[in-house]
Amino acid sequence: MRIGVFICHCGSNIAATVDCPGVAEAAKMLPNVVFASDTMYACSEPGQEGITDAIREHNLDGVVVASCSPRMHEPTFRKAVERAGLNRYMLEMANIREHVSWIGKDVELNTNKSIELVAMAAAKLSQNTPLTPNRFDVNKRVLVIGGGVAGIQAALDCADGGLDVILVERESSIGGKMAKLDKTFPTIDCSSCILGPKMVDVALHPKITLYTASEIDKVEGYVGNYNVKIKRKATYVDWDKCTGCGACMEKCPSKKAVDHFNEEVAPTTAINIPFPQAIPKKASIDAESCIKLIKGKCGVCAKVCPTGAINYEQEDTFLTEEVGGIIAATGYDLFDHTVYGQYGAGRYPDVITSMQYERLLNASGPTGGHIKRPSDGKEPKRIVFVQCVGSRDPSVGRPYCSGFCCMYTAKQAILTRDHIPDSQAYVFYMDIRAPGKLYDEFTRRAQEQYGVQYLRGRVSQIYQLGDSIVVRGADTLAGDQVEITADLVVLAVGAEASKGASNLAEKLRISYDSYGFFMEKHMKLGPVETNTAGVYLAGSCQGPKDIPASVAQGSAAAAKVLGLFSKDQLESDPQTAAVKQPRCIGCMKCVRTCPYGAINEIEDRFGNPKADVIATICQGCGLCTSTCPQGAIQLSHFTDNQILAEVNALCPPFMDESFE
Amino acid sequence: MKKTTVAYYPGCSAVGTSVEYEKSTRAVCDALGIQLEEIQDWSCCGSSPAHTVNHILSAALSGRNLALAGSMGHDTVATPCPSCLINLRTSARKIEDPKLCHKVNALLEDPCENPVEPKSVLQVIVEDYGVDEVARLIRKPLNGLKVVCYYGCIMTRPPELMRFDDPENPMAMDDLMEAAGAEVLPFPLKVECCGASSGIPRKDIVMRLSGKLLHAAEECGADAIVSACPLCQMNLDLRQSQIRKEGYISKPIPVFYFTQLLGTALGVDKRSLRFDKLVVSPKRCLEKISG
Repeated sequence: MRIGVFICHCGSNIAATVDCPGVAEAAKMLPNVVFASDTMYACSEPGQEGITDAIREHNLDGVVVASCSPRMHEPTFRKAVERAGLNRYMLEMANIREHVSWIGKDVELNTNKSIELVAMAAAKLSQNTPLTPNRFDVNKRVLVIGGGVAGIQAALDCADGGLDVILVERESSIGGKMAKLDKTFPTIDCSSCILGPKMVDVALHPKITLYTASEIDKVEGYVGNYNVKIKRKATYVDWDKCTGCGACMEKCPSKKAVDHFNEEVAPTTAINIPFPQAIPKKASIDAESCIKLIKGKCGVCAKVCPTGAINYEQEDTFLTEEVGGIIAATGYDLFDHTVYGQYGAGRYPDVITSMQYERLLNASGPTGGHIKRPSDGKEPKRIVFVQCVGSRDPSVGRPYCSGFCCMYTAKQAILTRDHIPDSQAYVFYMDIRAPGKLYDEFTRRAQEQYGVQYLRGRVSQIYQLGDSIVVRGADTLAGDQVEITADLVVLAVGAEASKGASNLAEKLRISYDSYGFFMEKHMKLGPVETNTAGVYLAGSCQGPKDIPASVAQGSAAAAKVLGLFSKDQLESDPQTAAVKQPRCIGCMKCVRTCPYGAINEIEDRFGNPKADVIATICQGCGLCTSTCPQGAIQLSHFTDNQILAEVNALCPPFMDESFE
Repeated sequence: MKKTTVAYYPGCSAVGTSVEYEKSTRAVCDALGIQLEEIQDWSCCGSSPAHTVNHILSAALSGRNLALAGSMGHDTVATPCPSCLINLRTSARKIEDPKLCHKVNALLEDPCENPVEPKSVLQVIVEDYGVDEVARLIRKPLNGLKVVCYYGCIMTRPPELMRFDDPENPMAMDDLMEAAGAEVLPFPLKVECCGASSGIPRKDIVMRLSGKLLHAAEECGADAIVSACPLCQMNLDLRQSQIRKEGYISKPIPVFYFTQLLGTALGVDKRSLRFDKLVVSPKRCLEKISG
């Protein structure tokens, strides 16, 4: 074996605290190493050329690059060695940046550690064998989970790109949070006017299959070949027959059902179509308040339905879809403001959330677009907006900024003036965060043109006094306490992970952070991908986002899927486990350990039970190899022998023993 | 009638500014069958001055009383005063902390090892005795007297220390007063500060803060305020004529201790409830109660 070693300076990132030429000199003494040198930037074009030239010149059959973490640059160097004619698995990396130069300052110790890491890499490389990926067919259908604006955008872009799209939405209509909004910042255009056409496009697109009132039950398979089990929840209405005429809503005697779409501002009927622009425009029954379903008597909707669509016997059904890629676009939920007892939220009817206010402003909302306060239906004249309710507050477990509240609060304050010209709006804020295009101009317009009073400081207490609500807080610019007597208080609630997000993440085998937001592959360079191949993210499920950012990510996720599906076949990673049949004793511990269900029990030709790995499902996690009592199951590229070679390089056996 | 016995720590106000609280507390507990066993030779809890100077000293002053209460064989020590209560509870927590325990005990002749649990008399009545139990003993309901209940800032806060009721919207006294036949109005400033001991160095602060409380009570349409703290009661009652002159309220509003009204409803002899000690005359309210 002829090994070449390249020690990267990474500018001064490594060279400042590691003697790189010294490491290269030491590497020359290692077994099988025939060439070693140091290089300023191994990943640069001249750096890579240096590697390919050396492979050809010195007839190398393996390369060690000692530089940074393999997470970013292993693919880079694999491509480089491949260009020079080597198998891409004949490369090993020693991480002397994150593991050495960035964490220690002692040059001598760092240099020694670097030499040891290079020795380990070279020892492993000596045991490496060329590996070849298998190829498999791609199912060019895509599943989009979540029908908010991000999911809608992703679905439309994929469908326009020629893919078959399955769009699954938990609620009975698509539209998500954006469908509830009245206007959008910074242009004050009507939310449903700009979203509505996209929703209709989804409904009419021949390439999109829409399942609303549905949830993901189970996900099996791997990139290119996923099997997804979808639960279609009972709506007690046969949607093939329902025309959306609304006759059932008019006659339904149960008028106290919780109106989730209208944020519980007013009750609704037990059978309802959530909003006039709903897609699909179909009625569904809320089983918790339907008199027929609770008491067995009533049946009014069934009598009035002109198409006989009502079916009280309907049950949940399941169906399976086969897809090659998945886009998660499950959005966010709003912070539960009742956590702030001092704000009286939940106790005082006139202390409401920003989304409730949005429904009061909306022409299709319960008040027909007239701002009426919940307690007595009067038009409020003095309205206080409190920002950062459930944002930037570690005491309620929400240290992060939700990002869009400053903007929507400015919008709501402007709209308040439009609706009630003689009103006065006040905004309590910590900082005004308005970094988007035309955003800061917008918040200034609220202050300068619309006369909104911005007060920098937190609110300490909100209480009802007689007919009014008293808001007490600090004005940190004036250095004083302030008290404002208001008619209505709007709490700018922050965003949190969608309910059930962590559950879905586990089904999709993607990671989520401590708040429940899905983790992207790389915070800066992989914001759409996840660590699971074939699963992409769009919108607020990855972290709070406003509409432009959600739409952009929806399109980005669609582009990623279209890119993935541009090939008819994909290469599978050959770093999978395999069973050495003669060694396997058939204990099947590996079958129980495998988190992916990639190991089957089979019989050899003598009828003995044996384990067998399905390479296309195996993710190469290595759990089975450490479970196998016989060492019969081995993970390619991380075999026991390869790992032991590294250990031996680090702790040489009988170092001092000499036979001379 | 339920029988309960607890150790009892009256606190210094009980023998000074809030004699009526102390007397009515004893009378109410007697009527309910809660036996208050006074700690022999109890001393000051340290009040506000001690912990402004030295936290360990403050803990030791209260710790002495906790040690005495422990030697009586009870697991609870009750006090009517929230300020004493917060000192006793803080002290108990310091003594439970192995890092601070020896520092506190170094100042004590008889060390305190396992402190008994300090509770307010209000908490003992509401949680240990039970509002339903109290309701059964009501003889002379308060005849729909409109009251607002004022708890003060420290009866429930900080919540992780006091561990009593809802820290921002407590209901214990509200429930008791309702059981006693009063009409309890929702009061938004239940746990707001009255100005506390600032009354001596900064009268203006107490005037403003207590003024707001009285104003809110008047806005709510209350006949009377019900309190559970000697200092709050003093600020609201003793300063009320000054506050009224400043225009916060238009007419006098009596400030009772909850024990005085509860005692009335339980049919306790009026003389032992010491209404004579109140500054703002409770006459009209008492007339309303007796119908």
